[in-house]
Amino acid sequence: MSTGKASHPQVTAGSPVSRPSRRDALAALGLAVPALSGLLGAPTFAQAATDRIVVAGGVVTEVIYALGQQDRVVGVDSTSLFPAEALRQKANIGYVRALSAEGVLSLKPTLLLLIDGAGPPDAISLLTESGIRIERIADGQTPEGVAVKIRAIGTAIGAAEPAARLADRTAASFRELDDLRSRLGRKRRVLFVLSLQNGRALVGGRNSSADGIIALAGAENAAAAIEGYKPMTDEAIIAAAPDMILMMSNGGNHRTTAEELFALPAFSQTPAAAAKRLVHMDGLYLLGFGPRTPMAARDLMASIYPETTIPPLTTGAVP
Amino acid sequence: MTFAVPSQAMPTPSLSGLVASRRRLGLIALGGLGAACLLLAVIAVGQGAVAIAPGRVAAILAGWLTGNGAALEGRDVLVVLNIRLPRVLLGLLVGAGLAVSGALMQGLFRNPLADPGLVGVSAGAGLAAAATIVLGDRFLAGTLMKLPFAVLPFGAFCGGLVSTLVLYVIATREGRTSVATMLLAGVALGALSGALTGLLSFVSDDRQLRDLTFWSLGSLGGASWTKLSAVAPIILPLLLLMPFLARGLNGLMLGEAEAYHLGIPVQRIKAMAILLVALAVGASVAAAGLIGFVGIVVPHLVRLWVGPDHRLLLPLSALGGAMLLVAADIVARLIVAPAELPIGIVTAALGAPFFLWLLLRRTSLLDV
Repeated sequence: MSTGKASHPQVTAGSPVSRPSRRDALAALGLAVPALSGLLGAPTFAQAATDRIVVAGGVVTEVIYALGQQDRVVGVDSTSLFPAEALRQKANIGYVRALSAEGVLSLKPTLLLLIDGAGPPDAISLLTESGIRIERIADGQTPEGVAVKIRAIGTAIGAAEPAARLADRTAASFRELDDLRSRLGRKRRVLFVLSLQNGRALVGGRNSSADGIIALAGAENAAAAIEGYKPMTDEAIIAAAPDMILMMSNGGNHRTTAEELFALPAFSQTPAAAAKRLVHMDGLYLLGFGPRTPMAARDLMASIYPETTIPPLTTGAVP
Repeated sequence: MTFAVPSQAMPTPSLSGLVASRRRLGLIALGGLGAACLLLAVIAVGQGAVAIAPGRVAAILAGWLTGNGAALEGRDVLVVLNIRLPRVLLGLLVGAGLAVSGALMQGLFRNPLADPGLVGVSAGAGLAAAATIVLGDRFLAGTLMKLPFAVLPFGAFCGGLVSTLVLYVIATREGRTSVATMLLAGVALGALSGALTGLLSFVSDDRQLRDLTFWSLGSLGGASWTKLSAVAPIILPLLLLMPFLARGLNGLMLGEAEAYHLGIPVQRIKAMAILLVALAVGASVAAAGLIGFVGIVVPHLVRLWVGPDHRLLLPLSALGGAMLLVAADIVARLIVAPAELPIGIVTAALGAPFFLWLLLRRTSLLDV
C-alpha cells in the first residue's frame, strides 16, 4: 500500500448506496453542520511541526519513560500502566487490540509505535494510508528479546544511543540474575494464579508470560502441563504440589488473602498451604518483560527462596 | 373508554377515507424519518475525534463530489473521505439491513421475539469468526494470514450462510418450510454453536479472548470503501425487494393457509425472505461484528408508531435502524475519544431505555 497518496482518496470507489444522497447531503450540510459541530473547536493542524509520538503497548511506554523521552509522547494505550503518570498525563487511545484510526489521527501523531499484536488490522491499514510513520516493535519475552525490544524502540524514536545503554544495563542485570540462579539448590515449584473466580483457579501454564518469569526466578512452573492461561481443576492443583502461589496485586482490586486461598480445598492440600506461602506482585512489573524484568525476577526469587540471601541487583537498569 | 354510540347524523368515515388517511400518515412518516436520517448522516460525517471545521468538511465533500482535486489536500481529507464517510454509509446500510431483517423475521415467524439470529446466521457467523480468531494463527500462519481482516469477514459470512442452509433443510419437508420447526431448530443450533464457541474460547489465549469479546460487541471501526463495496451488493437486494415482501407478509399475518388461498406464493416468500435475511445479516456480521438489539427493537418501535402494515413497517424500520446505528456510532466514537466504545454497548444503552419508556407510556397491553 502506498503511503504517499493520502491526498487522493479513492473517489471512484463510492458504493452505489451513496449515490442518490450525495447532493442532498451536501445541500443540507451547509445548513446543518455549522450549528452542530462547533463542539470540538477549531482545527489546530498548524502545530503538527513538533514531534508527537503515539504508543500502543504498555512495555513500549515504559521504555520511553525509562529513556526520559516521555515529553514527546502525546497518547498511550490503556495497557500503559507503568509509570502510573503515563495514563494520567497522556491521552488514552483505548485497548491495544481495539484502536480507533480516527482517534489516533486526532492526536496528530508524527510517529506511531505499535507493539506486536496491536490492532485491529483495519485501523492499522487506515493509519498506514494516512502516511504517518509507523514502527512495529517485537514483544520478545526472553532476556535477548527484552534487549532487542529496547534497542528497537530507541532506534524508532531517534534515541538509539541511550537505548543501547539501557539495553546493555538490562542485559548485565540478566547476567547477574543468571549468576544468582546458579547458586540456588533444589528448584521450588511455583503456581501462578491469574484469577480466582468462585474458587476456580485460572493459572499460567507453559508458554505464558508467567511461565517465563518463573523460570527467570529460578523456579519450576507447577502448571507446566497446561498451555497458556487456563482453568486448572482442583485435583490437578493438588497433584501439581506447588511450594508457593503467585498472584498479581492490581491497585484497587480485592486482594486474596492467604487465609482465603488456603481455605479452598484444592489449595489446602498443597505444600504451599503448609508453609502459608502466597506472594502478590504487581502485574506489569511481573509480566511486562521490559527493563524492570531482571529486578522483578530477582524480587520473585527472593520471595520463593526466603531462607537464601538474594542480594539486590547491582546493575539496576532504570536510571 | 368514552365511545359514544354513533348518531345517525354523524357520517361514519368511509373505508376509502380511512385508507387515504393512513396513506397520508405513511407518507409523512416516511418523509420525516427520511429527512431525519439524512440530517443525522450529515452530522455523523461532521463529527469525530479529529476536529475539522464544518466549512472544511463541506469543502472536502464538495471537492469529492465535483471531482475537483484542488480542495483535496491534507490529512483531514483522509479522515473525512476514507474514515468517516465509509463508516457512516456502512452504519446506514448495516442498521437498515438488521432492522428490516428483524421485521421480516417477526412477520414470517409471527412471533414478536423473532430476531435475525433466529435463522441461525448470527450463531453460524459468530462461530466461524471465533474459529478464525482462535485457530487462524495456528492454521493460516504464513499463508492467508497476510490478510487476516479479509479472512474473518469471509469466514463469518460463509458460516452464517451455511448454518441458515442447514436450518432450512431441517425445517423443509416436501417443499414446505415449517416456521415452528425452524424456530426450534434455530434454538438448538444456537446452543450448539454457543457450545463450540465456548470450546474455542477455552483453547484461546488471553489476546484472542479479548479479540472475541470485542468482536462480539460489534464495531463500525473497520469501515473502508473496499468493505463497503463488498457489503453493499449483499444487503441492498433485501432493501430493494421490500415492497414485494411486504405484500406477502401482510397476507401471512392472516395465517399460512389463508394467505395461500389468497393466492400469495407462501413458500416462495418464505424462501426468499430467509435467503435475503441470511445474506444481509451475514454481511452485516462480517463487516461490523455482532450488533444485537437493532433487529428486535427497531421494528417494534415502528409498529408501536404506525401499526403492523408491512408496506410501511419495512421501509420505516430500514430508516429507523439506520438512524439508531449511526447515532450510536457517533456516541461510540466521541464518548471516550481518542479511544472508542464497542457499538453494541451503545445501541443497547440508547435503545433499551427508550423502548421501555414507550412500553410504559402505552395505556393498553401490547398484542403483536
